[in-house]
Amino acid sequence: MFASIVSYGLAVGAVYALIGITYNVMFSASRVFSFTAGMLGMLGGVLGALFIGKLGLPAIVGLVLVLACGAVLGLVTELVTVRPVLKSIEQHLYVLSTLAFALMVQQFVAVEWGTEAQPFPRLIAIGPGWLDQQFWLPMLACAVTIVGLELLYRKTLIGRAFLAIAEDSYAARALGLPETQLRMASFALAGVIGTLAGFTGAEMLLAFFGNQSILNFYGFVPVALGGMGSNRGAVVGGLALGLFQQAANFLVGGIFAAVAVFAVFIIVLLLRPEGLAGGSAARRV
Amino acid sequence: MTDATAPAPPARALSLARIEGALPWIALGLVGLLLPLLDDSYIGVIAQRAYIYWILSAGLNLVVGYAGQIAIGWVSMLTLGAYTTAALTAGTATPAWHPYLALVAGGAVGALAGVVVGLPALRLRTFYFAMTTLGFATIVTQVALAWKDVTGGGVGTPGPVFPWPFDPGWGFYYFCFILAALATWMTANLAASRFGRALVAIRDAEVAAEASGVAKPRLLIAVFLFAGALGGVAGGLFASLQSYITPDAFTFEMSVLFFIAILIGGRGSILGPALGTIVLTVLPEFAAPLVQWSTFLYAALLLLIVLIIPGGIADLLDYKNRRPLERHREIVPQPELLARVLDRRTGGEVLSLSDVELSFGGVRAIAGLDLEIRPGEVHGLIGPNGSGKTTTLNVISGYYAPEAGQVRLGDAVLPPRAPHLRADYRIARTFQTPRLIGGASVLDNVMIGGTIDGEGSFAESLLTLPRHRRDEKRLREAAMLALAVVGLDQLAAVRADRLQHSELRFMEIARALMLRPACLMLDEPAAGLSADEIRRLGALIVAISREGTAVLLVEHHADLIFDICDRVTVLNLGKVLAAGTPAEIRSHREVVSAYLGA
Repeated sequence: MFASIVSYGLAVGAVYALIGITYNVMFSASRVFSFTAGMLGMLGGVLGALFIGKLGLPAIVGLVLVLACGAVLGLVTELVTVRPVLKSIEQHLYVLSTLAFALMVQQFVAVEWGTEAQPFPRLIAIGPGWLDQQFWLPMLACAVTIVGLELLYRKTLIGRAFLAIAEDSYAARALGLPETQLRMASFALAGVIGTLAGFTGAEMLLAFFGNQSILNFYGFVPVALGGMGSNRGAVVGGLALGLFQQAANFLVGGIFAAVAVFAVFIIVLLLRPEGLAGGSAARRV
Repeated sequence: MTDATAPAPPARALSLARIEGALPWIALGLVGLLLPLLDDSYIGVIAQRAYIYWILSAGLNLVVGYAGQIAIGWVSMLTLGAYTTAALTAGTATPAWHPYLALVAGGAVGALAGVVVGLPALRLRTFYFAMTTLGFATIVTQVALAWKDVTGGGVGTPGPVFPWPFDPGWGFYYFCFILAALATWMTANLAASRFGRALVAIRDAEVAAEASGVAKPRLLIAVFLFAGALGGVAGGLFASLQSYITPDAFTFEMSVLFFIAILIGGRGSILGPALGTIVLTVLPEFAAPLVQWSTFLYAALLLLIVLIIPGGIADLLDYKNRRPLERHREIVPQPELLARVLDRRTGGEVLSLSDVELSFGGVRAIAGLDLEIRPGEVHGLIGPNGSGKTTTLNVISGYYAPEAGQVRLGDAVLPPRAPHLRADYRIARTFQTPRLIGGASVLDNVMIGGTIDGEGSFAESLLTLPRHRRDEKRLREAAMLALAVVGLDQLAAVRADRLQHSELRFMEIARALMLRPACLMLDEPAAGLSADEIRRLGALIVAISREGTAVLLVEHHADLIFDICDRVTVLNLGKVLAAGTPAEIRSHREVVSAYLGA
């Protein structure tokens, strides 16, 4: 039992962490928290099952197509729901515009794909136990993403431009950085990461339209725990959340697990609003 | 009444406006009352559903439309209320309850959940609150699925059946109708009270609300309690209407429906969201082929509203505020009325700073500042940019806690980091950029300033008890008087975001006067004013100080400072460079070279 708590918990946790990173990548570029993060996760599974399971494409082609769709959706998100309301960000209209867009996509999936959870094809036939794809694939994706992002941010010029925008977009613009293009690139990147999370986690979570709101919430918890914009915080928070949830599920049952996660979320928010790892408040007057 | 003494709202116009505002409600009420005459149970069920949705939306409207808190998962209150009422009536968890008692319990559980979910809204960014409500909605459904003994899990559980007089059929119809009318009445009362104004102030100008003594956490908790209770009661009724409930009945999409109804209707309106709820409940009945696309269409509608008319229908219908204002308006203050606004007894205390220090990172913004602002005097605070003027003001108003030293009013030490408590000490201020409550009238903007003088409680306002009505009358009269003092009484009914910049500055002063301040702090009140307006402003400020108020004036217009100040302090790098009468300062060598120029 212990082994299955750990393997399952880490795998789910890796998916949560990736969704958390999706939130972060969009937030860093635009100061916008977008409800499309969970949508991307949900789509990763549904599109993967569609391309590989239904249409019978080779796994690698399917994966590339899914990620490409994610990137396109990221761009659409930026264009349609973020850019028009960015001017009046203090009104928080982005909450509504991104939510509305995410819901439209979700409902489209519900009608065209169906409201039943459908299985996701097995891509690599090894296992069972630890070697099972459904456990190591999300973790691998998470590791690749975090290493890739670190390399991007630390080693490349464009990555440093991302950081500059995240730190102080006003100053970055004054330096002549193309803020709009960088923001679009960030949203495309977030689209790729979000769908990757959904794709790799789909054998476990199934291809199901209802995953959207679950991933939206459980993917945000690591961000709240780890601090906004902190990818490492999101990974630690995500894995911890996954383990905690699975342990509680096995030991005391699902009701308690759900309530406990929510209680921890609220308590952390109230005691450490900036997350467990630092941050600061802005001048108000 | 003549102009000089006159500032009371024209009573007849007000009552006319009230009747005009009540007409749609009377019409809706008549339709609701007479609907059973049709004796069509299909229409009856749709109407009941609309009432139930509205009972929830009426409360949610205060949270979303008035307080501006994005509660996207409020459907969880409906779920909780429904399961509580159903489970208690059925007796799956406890001995069976009487249905009416169980409904009350449903409301109580909803109220409690409203507060729990709302807690993050008290101090966190908007998105967190949106996320908590979403998370709560997700979890409530998961629990309903998992807790099979009580909720029946995925199979579901029967809803309560209310006995006579509100038994199923038209009895239950009238039950829903009465409760919906009650919810409307109570939320309308609250919206028109100082609590409703404070909610809008939190939404549009939180800093100004704080400076007027609005205690955001307390107010929001009260609103979440009320909105949660309405949601819970709606849930109990919903369970009865459905006669059998499963977790599938409470989809997140339903939340979106409530939300959209409010946004379509318009923020800060009650009629708008009510009509929105009715339309959105009835619409799917006419569009049966589209039923599986209904949520998609709602979401598309939401996106369109946000992108195209964020103000909602209420904004489109607000024809009164599209009438052009007179072009060449002049602000003519009437300082002679000040004696009626200010209360000499509250003045008379010295505001003093002793040895205050504050640094941001490595920068010492204030480095050992002593300052004494006496009643009856205008004290000018000048200095180059970055010398610590606004920071000083923010320390006094409690936004920053000094690292050393104290701020005192008379003998009382002011608590640091508690801006909302400054109003209790009768310390009022204006802001460098005017903090207006854009969607509210000028009168409402000013009435906010008197928030702490209200005596009635939240519950009294819900029920318009006499103390609430006395509060309202007194605040309205005081606000009209304050507007007359600053010369804006003609614009009382206009939406504040239509005023010119200079008018906003005077409006802020009127708001500050509502506190009958012992100490009034003005942060660059002359910025952006014409020469004429500056002259009138100067006379007004002097008149205020002569009523016994201590005035602290931060300003860059050297002429104004030297004309009206009794005492001037010059700051440089967070320290006092010079202090004295205007004449002394004008001839102070260092000041002239550092700041005034030769």
